[in-house]
Amino acid sequence: MKKLIGLLLLFAALLAGSFPAKAVELTFYYPIAVGGPLTKVVDNLVAGFVKEHPDVKINAVYAGNYDDARIKALAALRAGQPAQMSVLFSIDIYELLEQDAIVPFDDVATTPEDKAWLKSFYPALMANGTYKGKVYGIPFQRSTIVMYWNKDAFKEAGLDPESPPATWNEMAQAAARLVKKDASGNVSRWGVMVPSTGYAYWMFQAFARENGQDLMNREGNQTNFAHPDVVGALQYWVDLGKKFKVMPEGTVEWGTLRQNFTEGKTAIMWHTTGNLTAVKDTAKFPFGVAMLPASKQRGSPTGGGNWYLFKKSTPAERKAALEFIKWVTAPERTAEWSIATGYVGTRPDAYETPKLKEYVVGFPQAAVARDQLKFATAELSTFQTGRVRKALDDAIQAALTGGKSPADALKAAQQESERLLKPYR
Amino acid sequence: MTTKTWSVPVLRQVYGWLLLAPAAILLVGFTHYPAVATLEHSLFSTGTLARPSRFVGLANYAALGDDPIFWQVLGNNFWFALGTIPTSIALALLMAIWVNGKLPGRALVRMSYFTPTVLPMIAVANLWLYFYTPQIGLLDKVTALFGAGSHNWLGDPHTVMGCLIAMTIWKEAGFFMIFYLAALQSLPPELEEAARIEGASRWYFFRRVTFPLLMPTTLFVLVNATINSFKLVDHLFILTKGGPDNASNLLLYYIYQVAFSFFDIAYASTLTVVLLALLAGFAILQFQLVERRVHYR
Repeated sequence: MKKLIGLLLLFAALLAGSFPAKAVELTFYYPIAVGGPLTKVVDNLVAGFVKEHPDVKINAVYAGNYDDARIKALAALRAGQPAQMSVLFSIDIYELLEQDAIVPFDDVATTPEDKAWLKSFYPALMANGTYKGKVYGIPFQRSTIVMYWNKDAFKEAGLDPESPPATWNEMAQAAARLVKKDASGNVSRWGVMVPSTGYAYWMFQAFARENGQDLMNREGNQTNFAHPDVVGALQYWVDLGKKFKVMPEGTVEWGTLRQNFTEGKTAIMWHTTGNLTAVKDTAKFPFGVAMLPASKQRGSPTGGGNWYLFKKSTPAERKAALEFIKWVTAPERTAEWSIATGYVGTRPDAYETPKLKEYVVGFPQAAVARDQLKFATAELSTFQTGRVRKALDDAIQAALTGGKSPADALKAAQQESERLLKPYR
Repeated sequence: MTTKTWSVPVLRQVYGWLLLAPAAILLVGFTHYPAVATLEHSLFSTGTLARPSRFVGLANYAALGDDPIFWQVLGNNFWFALGTIPTSIALALLMAIWVNGKLPGRALVRMSYFTPTVLPMIAVANLWLYFYTPQIGLLDKVTALFGAGSHNWLGDPHTVMGCLIAMTIWKEAGFFMIFYLAALQSLPPELEEAARIEGASRWYFFRRVTFPLLMPTTLFVLVNATINSFKLVDHLFILTKGGPDNASNLLLYYIYQVAFSFFDIAYASTLTVVLLALLAGFAILQFQLVERRVHYR
């Protein structure tokens, strides 16, 4: 029966002209940035597709973390090795555009059905993949930042363990009550920790968005670091340590923050949804997951990997690649992928599938990231993205460690980014 | 068929070259050619498929002069070298003399001094990350016993470099100790006997006999320690990623960031040329200065 359906599908595909008569071989690179045996999940996806499309051969190449994957994919293209598509960091788009490596999906997805497919994802997840009105990146492994809170600590501090702070003021006040000191006046539990090494710019985007500002424009050639509200956002972050004394001063290490939280050394932490499973497995206390608190509005940047179509490919290969990407991002597969990985389901109808519906009922924390997508914004990504990002990272760390005032630090970062981005306007 | 046969000297030449070839090919392919290619890259702009690279002369070097981060990481490297080299050499010498003497459990002590050297730097950094972590880290737990509050060791620009230096000394001293230990064991015991008969104090003997005789080892260790202070950056990936605000960034890590995070191959090459020139300069200086005081036997 399955075979028959497969044959019928193949026949239909042939009729529709979306497949050439002879076999197509596709190669793609993909990164893995979270723990777990995900290569197996990807291999299963590929096997599932090939079963339904026997005339397509697919080589899935695991390529390390996001940076490694980009380096390998670009190196392969330069060396003339075939690669028709890849999963790469969503913020690599400008680098890939500058290298002239990718083509928009709009050029290949031309049927009305394909066009509808392009519109089936959460708009927040499309922001990083769209350039000048064309779609270059299809969301695949995507995450956002959420707030984890320790319910026992809330109870101990006399706060309602079921209602997490929803605004900046509430968070500062709750955190002040959550700080615990020992007999000699040393802090044994902090109120809140937001990591500031490694992905400082990403965390900062959340503050800025909550304060009403995005950090860059859609063309990726203008940043907005020196806006008064952006400065205000950094000021709040700095104040959590300096003024409210609810967070350690200096920078907070990304890598050890999860342990700080699960050992009860901080009552609240901001972290990626990618840590959800690990926290679930190691925390010995009940914890909640909530949307990040609001200043003027809610907000969080998205993160993670998108599908890209590479330019060095024949029309037949592009068609087959599109077919594969459509297949992998169909609601059922998206639901399976989200459950297996913890990544956000990339489209609303994935959450209507029985599988994901059932999963969310049993583990409601998994739905928080989805609900927050309404307020989400694109991850910081511009031309010269590495340098611009570093300028911002340095500014944030300079402010947090007291080296510069938030206004001065962000002004310097803005000047640097002006210099870098001028040629792209 | 040639009637002329190869003469013996020519054959010997060929034979000699053939023997040299494997090493020469490897050396040229993986050392000399990349160095020359780096120099060449540093004179061109970074190309993309859209905008191919072109010759820009010394523009990259001019940009380097204007790059505040470059000067900062250079300064950091200077302090890192100054902090690690003398201390780890002194410590290595002290440990070597200590384990060279007769003491119970000598093999165990030697081994434990050497253990940090055997561990990969990444593993070491992961260990020390948990020493330095505020509150849950070992360091904070120890200072808490004395009533001190938690300190954000790696998150404070004033303490982060000290933390890296301490970890590097811990890692390196054992390695250098091995060289000193080998050198100490090759010193003829008659010298010590003679000194004792002459009534020399132990300190006098060390200062006038042992230390000068260890000079070749010291030179070797010094060169290695200097190179290492520029070469060792593995721990930055784990511990600080160069932060906060470049307070712990070192030249080689900055080169990595420029090359693989910014994809600016030209500028990364320029920085590499500077690093190579610096190291070559150090090597020449050390060999010339110290050679005068070195007694080769």
